[in-house]
Amino acid sequence: MNKPLEGLLVLEFCQFLAGPSAGLKLADLGARVIKIERPKIGDACRQLSIKNLFIDEDSLLFHTINRNKESYAADLKNPDDLDRLKKLISKADVMTHNFRPGVMEKIGLDYENVKNINPKIVYGVVTGYGNEGPWKNKPGQDLLVQAVSGLTFLSGVDVDGPVPFGLSVSDIMCGNHLVQGILAALIKKAKTKKSVLVEVSLLESVLDVQFEVITTYLNDGGKLPDRSGAKGSAHAYLSAPYGMYETSDGHIALAMGNLPNICSIINCDISDLYVEAGSAFENRDKLIVRLAETFKKDNTKSWVSLLEDEGIWCTEVLNYQTATALSTYKALAIEQKLALDNNLQIKTTVSPIRLDNEKLFAPKAAPKLGFNTADISNEFELN
Amino acid sequence: MVVMTAASDLNDDLYQNKKYMRPLEDYLVVDFSQFLSGPSASLRLADMGARVIKIERLGVGDICRTLYTSNLIMNGESSVFHAINRNKESFEVDLKNNEGCEMVRELLKKADVMIHNFRPGVMERLGFDYPSVSALNPTIIYGEISGYGTETEWKNKPGQDLLLQAATGLTSLTGNADSGPVAMGLSIVDMLAGAHLAQGVLACLYRKAIKNEGGFVQVSMMESAYDFQFETITTFLNDGGCLPERSEKNNANAYLGAPYGIYQTENGYLALAMGSIPQLGALLGCEKLEDYVEISEAFDKRNEIKAILAEHLLHSSTEKWLSILEPADIWCADVLNWNALMEHDGFKILQMIQEVEMIDGYKYETTRCPIRIDGELLISPKGSPKLGQDNEKIIKEFITQNTIANA
Repeated sequence: MNKPLEGLLVLEFCQFLAGPSAGLKLADLGARVIKIERPKIGDACRQLSIKNLFIDEDSLLFHTINRNKESYAADLKNPDDLDRLKKLISKADVMTHNFRPGVMEKIGLDYENVKNINPKIVYGVVTGYGNEGPWKNKPGQDLLVQAVSGLTFLSGVDVDGPVPFGLSVSDIMCGNHLVQGILAALIKKAKTKKSVLVEVSLLESVLDVQFEVITTYLNDGGKLPDRSGAKGSAHAYLSAPYGMYETSDGHIALAMGNLPNICSIINCDISDLYVEAGSAFENRDKLIVRLAETFKKDNTKSWVSLLEDEGIWCTEVLNYQTATALSTYKALAIEQKLALDNNLQIKTTVSPIRLDNEKLFAPKAAPKLGFNTADISNEFELN
Repeated sequence: MVVMTAASDLNDDLYQNKKYMRPLEDYLVVDFSQFLSGPSASLRLADMGARVIKIERLGVGDICRTLYTSNLIMNGESSVFHAINRNKESFEVDLKNNEGCEMVRELLKKADVMIHNFRPGVMERLGFDYPSVSALNPTIIYGEISGYGTETEWKNKPGQDLLLQAATGLTSLTGNADSGPVAMGLSIVDMLAGAHLAQGVLACLYRKAIKNEGGFVQVSMMESAYDFQFETITTFLNDGGCLPERSEKNNANAYLGAPYGIYQTENGYLALAMGSIPQLGALLGCEKLEDYVEISEAFDKRNEIKAILAEHLLHSSTEKWLSILEPADIWCADVLNWNALMEHDGFKILQMIQEVEMIDGYKYETTRCPIRIDGELLISPKGSPKLGQDNEKIIKEFITQNTIANA
């Protein structure tokens, strides 16, 4: 297949998640991505494991984020290595880094210097909080960025205090924004034949994720989000019935819908709480509690089938075991298998983008540290 | 051919002399999508310089116009519509009427990108599916978002954000062990699908710039939701199918050990990311923590460690704890709400808020595009469009009288 970024060379001076997740997306779209890694240690994510899962010396986490890439080991503090890297940069289309502000300046690989080495480079930078201001040297770590951004007052119930999203959402969205910026820059470069600088930060990305509710806040007299006190409520700004309800054998998720209609279908009397359309918001908490009493009386499958037949937007709440068993999960081909040395295998996800009717399968396993150093040296005549 | 080359050289000169050209200047995007997923993608393309025309249903428009949150109405429409649809134009048209369809076809002949998020089958019925549109315009980039793919058992199920969170296991990651399912309190799957669609469209626009080829980009909310969970689902798939287990209290990631979480203090909250437990104990003056010397205990005994930490941190202020932990390079932060955030210089320096203005003079504040290109903020003063406000201009510009007469 004719992948859109075929022929493009990307150098990734990034570690952990935000930058490398962008490199993965570019690789799946057809680019050749080379990780530039410190000798002996490499991307620190190689040793950062969850549940202590390692495969062939590197963490499963590293394998997940860095498949479909090559690895070139180089010490940025060694002048010979730096010279070789500059030669490689002169042949690259894109480079990305996520060092703290000032680090690349010291090494001499900041945008101004790299532009002289390669006047057509697309140069992508990820920071935690931008390049200036009182937070510029604060660690760009996902939970901390969530904490300062106001995001933790949107999930869960009010009595829980701040509730963070249970995934590295600012890293992942920032990686997505970096990809968008780099692709736009490549389009610009195709026209101007000149280098382009792309900058993103975790904080700006996690503020962008909140753009709808922040806009509401800015135009509603600075009213802070008002989460429900009722368990299962799913959005601080949406009225009942929006949320998840316990049933006799699990949970059902119910999206926005006509409340009186839904209540008549499930036979739940809300006449005292719902007197006009505005009641769905004003009495949200009491309504959620009332609906929860009814949903406990029968099993999830019965409720879903009863409500779906009436065109109500709902679904069973699934966990990874039940979700991955769905025929729809299988039909979407969400998984691919990566083959490693010694007959090892990893099951992981595929790019979520389909192009020209094809999924972008790319089952090449992540590289061992420096695995491609010699080949890359030869190919680009770096020595 | 000679003329072509000359014109393209002239264009190159123009681009090179213009300092702040937006990357997508001169591109036309025709957007049939509603709500959040598709429109969030076209908002990004608009901020990058494209001209985006919303195709809106006669008399009604994007249903998001009346999808109110917390009953806030701004200039007759919902705040979320204003947030998602600034910097766009609106073309109001009846797609069930032949004349309307003919006008849209004329527009599509001149478009670089088209986007929709109708359920599978709708565009086929209207005659705006990919084969039909690429026959009109072979180099168009056609982007579509579905809930669950176009050929699956669930293809007709509503592609609504909470349902996707619930059906992909995402609600088992947030909150504490006894919280039951907890949704992420934003339409995160919509935004992810929009972000992925924008990526696919941009990649194809690059290919078009190099090779003058069209492209067909498809994204489903379900695949986007799993891409978001790629680390945790990969762990599940290679760990014998163990389900994520959130900690009893102060959970921030089901797969990480103590101290990872948010803790109440005497006067607020403290977010704590990483740090060795004995070191934290020594710094915070909490002797009990100094006993957890084995690295594996941070995960295996996270419930008891978190309980000790939570009790201890209640006794002093957030400022006090930060003043001890930050100099020791422990990764931690204050927990801010929007009021506190927006008063902070760390926020102000980002210039994240912009004011936009609608055609009738109504002004509102909203956030800007989070990406900077060549040091420039991608701000734009144009507010969201009134339904059909650009019909006359668009007809004059793109649609000949001939088209309408022939329809």
